[in-house]
This record gives sequence, structure tokens and C-alpha cells, in this order.
Amino acid sequence: MVKSMTTPPATKKATVPTRSSDRPNVQRPGEESVPIMKMRPTIKYEADRVRGFGREIMSVPGCEQLQSCIQCGTCSGVCPLSIYMDHTPRQVMALTRADFKNEVLRSRTIWLCASCYACTVECPQEIRITDIMYELKQRAILEGIFPKRFPIPILAYDFSEMVKKNGRITEMILVIKLFMKTSWLAALGNWRLGIDLIKTGRFSLVTEKIKHHGDIARMMDAVDDQKGS
Amino acid sequence: MKYSYFPGCSLKGLGRAYEESLLPVMKHLGVELQELDDWNCCGATAYMAVDEVKACVLAARNLALAEKSGLNQVMAPCAACYLVLNKAKHYFHDYPAMKATMDRALNAVGLHYSGDTPVRHPLDILLNDVGLEAIKQKVEKPLKGLKVATYYGCQIVRPYATFDDQYNPTTMDRLMEALGATLVHYPLKTKCCGGSLTGTLPEAGIRLVYILLNEAKKRGADCIATVCPLCQFNLDGYHSQLKAQYGDVLVPTVYFTQLMGLAFGLSDKELGLNRAAVPFKWRPPLPAAATPVPA
Repeated sequence: MVKSMTTPPATKKATVPTRSSDRPNVQRPGEESVPIMKMRPTIKYEADRVRGFGREIMSVPGCEQLQSCIQCGTCSGVCPLSIYMDHTPRQVMALTRADFKNEVLRSRTIWLCASCYACTVECPQEIRITDIMYELKQRAILEGIFPKRFPIPILAYDFSEMVKKNGRITEMILVIKLFMKTSWLAALGNWRLGIDLIKTGRFSLVTEKIKHHGDIARMMDAVDDQKGS
Repeated sequence: MKYSYFPGCSLKGLGRAYEESLLPVMKHLGVELQELDDWNCCGATAYMAVDEVKACVLAARNLALAEKSGLNQVMAPCAACYLVLNKAKHYFHDYPAMKATMDRALNAVGLHYSGDTPVRHPLDILLNDVGLEAIKQKVEKPLKGLKVATYYGCQIVRPYATFDDQYNPTTMDRLMEALGATLVHYPLKTKCCGGSLTGTLPEAGIRLVYILLNEAKKRGADCIATVCPLCQFNLDGYHSQLKAQYGDVLVPTVYFTQLMGLAFGLSDKELGLNRAAVPFKWRPPLPAAATPVPA
């Protein structure tokens, strides 16, 4: 309050903006600390759409029901992580169906999904929302759309590579690799966890590998061949 | 009773206490388990995010191996493995294109999957094949006075509720009562623990863990019983962050099989109870000293 009283009134400024678009710059007494309003469209433009994206997603096994979404918002209500999301699950459903590919794939929402399936079992239209989130994650990883050093897609990718190579996961090696690729600081923050794991005999760096590990790569190649043909 | 046993990576790693307690408990009940020869990673949530088809193919190899073993049922104790194996089976039956891909991939390594092998959870086997009566008969040290919050987590009831109620599962509750424990009403029994978000986005993940622990603490639980290695890890492993951020909300989290083992009279060490960061110690209460009844 004291500060605002000492502020000279905005009208004493040499130039007073008159055009309506400049109005947010006008300082009124007592409003000095209010940040200048940034204009951002809240409704997407038709031109932002990537035609066919929605249909493409709906053609994936398990994702067909998306077309019958009634936008009730049940999914957003039951989601334990929606409070952290930039677009709620309901919005992601609408954006996907309406071809807003870039908005959806750049959204934080798809990475926050912990696949607890709460939305899937509650959806009155029987849309498998979790499976749609999986599909969207796959597209984002495939197109490389995620922030650098963002741990979730890196973990998913390293996980799949380790399985392809060894047939199994060695959890500690996977976690250490993840910290190396994302943040050493986060690793230091978890020092206590590391000590606990060593103390309780769960810190194992012995690579788990199956006998026929070549089989895994052969199976994956067979899938890729079919996709290619 | 003999089943093919699919441990999954977690039960050989961070969740080894689950296997360490499951095997002696099943043996004690006369259930024979034969570990699936050369099993591979089930596919899990992380692989689903990279390629769902390949994740199903990975699961299919395990199902084919189970079929090859000649034992017609496979037991999957890890909640994520249980879900992924079941999911692959559903996809196999529901989508001809998916079935064709799985057949083709398995064919490349000389395996075949017919789509029959039932995938079962230990809770399902314990209640429906072994039976509560048989379990009760094996109880040597009833868990009298132990207050347990039963926590099922997501993936054994969602999206497929195969052997229990989706909203209010009770198999573990009934099992705990058969062991003599007292149940704590725990309405969060199927809520999410945050999965791998505790490590990747701790701000969001650890808050979910806090909600689960805080509720159990408020309701006076001595321990939380779980069926999932990731739930156990999340509820137990991040105790220092939880304490710093939310104060003392810690409640020991144990596998339901560890509690079974205690009731059967097995030792802490045999049951892997030394593997948890938040220690759980329970001794049966001493018989109350005979007090003279006031006249």
C-alpha cells in the first residue's frame, strides 16, 4: 500500500497510449505490480489442425471408441494427476479427435498419465483413455517431440532398448542410466534411497539376461517387417 | 496343485522380498510352482509407451512358453505383469490383426500361442483354488491385534477386474481376516501410487504416496499390505523425502505374502522382511496376565 501511494500517477507520463491494443500498458494508481497481460488465444484456430490425425489415432486397436466421446469430463475428475496437467484428459480427447496434433503431442498431460486406468473404467462411453494416452506417447517419442532431458520418454525408450538386448530389465542399471541422461542433481537428491537399497540388499548391478536373447530381437524384427510391408 | 510361475523383472530386483515370501508360503500350502523357463520382460507400462504391439508380442512369448511347459495355468504375482499378460491375451482374441502379428513374431522363434492359458494372480489362486479354510488350518501364530490397511493399487482391478470387485476388492481383506488380523477401513485401496512418476516427476508422484500413507496413518494402521512391487517400493523407498516434505506419515508397507508367512510361523529373514527401508516388526502380543476379576 505504502509503495503504491508513492507511485506517480500514470497520467503524468509524457505519452499516454490511446489505441485500445496498448491499453494494458496504462498504469493506474495502485496497479503498478500487476504484470502486463499477455494475449494468448484460448480457442484453437482451424488452421492449427493436422487433418487426419484424429482418424489415424481412432484406427489404432483399442482407440476406436474415441469418436463417441461426449465431453462429460469424468476422466478429468477421476484422474489423480489432472491437477498438474496443462490440458485435462477431457481436453486431450477433444483436441485429438479434432486433429490438433501439435497441441496434444506437446502437452504435458500425456507424460503425466501414470496408467492407473481410473478414467478407462469410469468412462460412460467405454473409451480406453489410458490406451489412447499410450498411443499419443508413442507418437511423441517417434517424432521426438519432448523437452530435452525430460526423464519419462527417455526412461521408456531405454527400457525398450534394454529389453530388446537382454530380454529382461536390470532396474538399477536402468535408473543409473536415466540419471546420467537427465540430471545428476536428481541422483544426488536420492542418495538416501541408494543407501537404503544397498543396506537392504536390493542394489544389484548384475545384468539380467535370458538364454535366448536373440529371440527377442528376431521377434521385434518380424513385427517391423510386417509394418514395413 | 501345480502352476507355471512368471516372476517378472521386479521380483528378481527391487521387489525380491515378494518372491522371497511368496515361494515359502505357497510351498507351505502345498502349491507347487515351476518357474517359466527363459521368461522375458512382460512388456510393462514403459514398453507400452514405446510400442504397444511389441509390448504385446513380448507378453505373448511368455504365454507361449507357459503353454509349452505343459502346465495349463500361469501365475503372475506382479500387478504390472499380471495386467500386461492379460492385456496381450485380450488383444489376441479381440483384434485379428494383432493376433496375426503375434503369430508371425512367435513363428520367427519357433513358438506358438493358442490363446488359452489362463493368467492368474496369487490372490485368486489362494482364495479360489487353495481356499480360506485350508489357509486357516495352517495358521500357527494368528496376527491378533495387528491392524492392516489392505492396498490393492491399480493394475489388478483395472481395467480388467478378473477375480475381484473393481471398486471394492475384498480378496486380500478376507485373507487377512483368515490370518487373524484386524482390518482398517481403507477407502483408498485401489487408488494410484504414482507408478514411476515418483522417480521421474517427484513433485506429483510423491504427493500421491503421501495421500496413501497419511490416510493409513490417520486410520491407525500398523502396516499397509500390498500386492505390487512398485507400490511397495513407492510407499517405502521415499521415506526421507516424505518426512522432509510432509512430516511423520510413515507406515511400514509389506507384501501380503510376508504377513501370511508370519502367521504360518516363518521367520522375518525367510520372508525378506529385512528388505524394507521402513522396518516392520511384529510380535504376537503376550497373553494378558491373569488379573483378578473384581467381585
